[in-house]
Amino acid sequence: MQALVIVAHGSHLNPDASTPTYDHANTIAETGVFDEVRTGFWKEEPSFREVLRTVESDEVYVVPLFVSEGYFTEEVIPRELRLEGWDLDEWESDGTSATHATFEAADVGKTVHYCGPVGTHDAMSDVIVRRAESVTGDDEVGEGFALAVVGHGTERNENSAKAVELHADRIAETDRFEEVEALFMDEDPEVDDVTEFFETTDVVVVPLFVADGYHTQEDIPEDMGLTDDYRTGWETPSEVDGHRIWYAGAVGTEALMADVVIERAADAGASVGDAIESIRRRTDPSVDAGSGSGAGVGD
Amino acid sequence: MNDEQLDAFVSAAASGGLECDGVAAARDADGYRFETPDAAREGLSEAELRAAADRNPRFVSNWHYWNGRDRPDTELAFLRHLESADERSVPDRYETMTDGGIVATWGQLRIDVGLGPDGDRVYALRNEADGGVDAEALDVHSDPLEARRLVKRDDRDRYRPLKTAPTLPTGWAFVDLDGRALAETVEYVYPATIANWYLEGRGELDVSHWRETMERQSGIYGVIKTWDRGEGYEHVNWVAEACCDDSQCLKRREWEYDDETTLDVDGGDGEFPCREPCSLVVTAARKWTQLEGERTERYEFELTPSEKEQVEAIIDAVADGRTDSIREADIYEGANRYRARFLRAKRLDDEGRLCGVPTDGE
Ligand code: SF4
Repeated sequence: MQALVIVAHGSHLNPDASTPTYDHANTIAETGVFDEVRTGFWKEEPSFREVLRTVESDEVYVVPLFVSEGYFTEEVIPRELRLEGWDLDEWESDGTSATHATFEAADVGKTVHYCGPVGTHDAMSDVIVRRAESVTGDDEVGEGFALAVVGHGTERNENSAKAVELHADRIAETDRFEEVEALFMDEDPEVDDVTEFFETTDVVVVPLFVADGYHTQEDIPEDMGLTDDYRTGWETPSEVDGHRIWYAGAVGTEALMADVVIERAADAGASVGDAIESIRRRTDPSVDAGSGSGAGVGD
Repeated sequence: MNDEQLDAFVSAAASGGLECDGVAAARDADGYRFETPDAAREGLSEAELRAAADRNPRFVSNWHYWNGRDRPDTELAFLRHLESADERSVPDRYETMTDGGIVATWGQLRIDVGLGPDGDRVYALRNEADGGVDAEALDVHSDPLEARRLVKRDDRDRYRPLKTAPTLPTGWAFVDLDGRALAETVEYVYPATIANWYLEGRGELDVSHWRETMERQSGIYGVIKTWDRGEGYEHVNWVAEACCDDSQCLKRREWEYDDETTLDVDGGDGEFPCREPCSLVVTAARKWTQLEGERTERYEFELTPSEKEQVEAIIDAVADGRTDSIREADIYEGANRYRARFLRAKRLDDEGRLCGVPTDGE
């Protein structure tokens, strides 16, 4: 038996923080490739400390729904899951390249394949592009459009900026968009000055965040000048300094995120059959529902 | 009972024997042995065993329900607990299940165990406060996943950050669940409670007390360990009284100050245990660590005796979450809004300072 456990931050204050985690877990559960799909949280229940005991399987793939490597993926999660012999070097990461490492969880005696965070997986670049497609309603968006990928910046964790740059670079290499920039909330280049970094009139802004919350729904829209008061909302697109800003909200709410989660598990050795393909089809709005969600898909 | 169950029963008796809730059957040198609480027979042929089992359909279908499928040990123990399978006889349980069902509780959940075809169990779940409400009047579900969304907010539409807070919303029901789906639904309502209850029942619950939990914390929570200064544990009593009381959380607190020092506050009567301070308690403890680092100051206020008592009444009402139930015009109640507004108008200055007394001495 194999289980998938998605671990995420969650919130004591924001009821929607866990929603993307639940949604992606459901999408993956529907493919039927894992005997169990569970979620665990830092701020909600079941906690990281207790999620493994809710699982029956002996092989557990743990995928952190975090955007970058850092304090949570390197210290908090391994400690709370009681991964015996956890050592950061096992990940052999340069800050964005962790894939997985295998440990035993001391309290439950299960084998845990501990994966790198979703945010640094190559497939995340596709989710960012998909997010741009959904916010513009154009599944070929690119020509005549610029793209900004937004992250926290290094204040709390230098790897967080690296992850944002990683995807901005990867997407730039495809030449799909006129321009691609990595912007940050607490360092240069700052998202406040978004329009200064682009010549293209239409700019899609995608925050590399797992869930919508204070930063993505209050801070960033106000900082960019989409609105003076987040409570009154904003237009999509919004005119700012002669540019049209297409603001997408947290990339983590995009349905295709489920694909990154399952790819992380597959990279760590989970047998996922054709679930990756089926999730890609299912979460693609340009594939008509009839062919994308047939009963047999992925079963 | 159906033929398939009877066949399975006979073949289990033949291969190694069986025993379950009062029925036993096995093969030995003289043939088959068949036992119920009322009778024991030996030296039976296979046909006689089959006939004897056939006359005890409840024992057979009950055996089959508990042994005929693969279940995690936790789920098995939980489902058996719901119908008190270790205490009540098979006929007794079957009678109750036929006659309206066995009613069990888990936190604020009411679980109804009914009898399906051939001794199969059918489970239903709702808030126990909706116990007497017609199912038609409730929002009825059968997909366990729906539970996550349903229990996210209380009846006042406020987010419930603690799943075991006694604020489970009402107005919904899950029906026609099998054992697996029931356990899954309970897991979404009260995560990890079945697993921890099961471990406790086996004497294997791994409790992490306050000290070790706070010593484990890092980052912004690392500061909490400085609150333990080796000068006693009164501060932890206050935390437990504030957060873990049954009026705030349905888990039964099993953690103490450390493995030698029990707290003076009762852990509560909850069915399922709490094995370590939860994230809400840790987060609150961080704030208290900061606040409790302050020294006391001497302030001088002039209040009438009634005003002093009113301040106490307001603290009480907020701490007990009663402010909403104090009636609009109940000016006899110190925590009434008009009374509080009058006190503010009279005793707080423009900057909101009590009796105009500055917080930092001048
Ligand atoms: S620490 Fe207290 S409030 Fe938190 S789950 Fe345990 S008993 Fe409940």
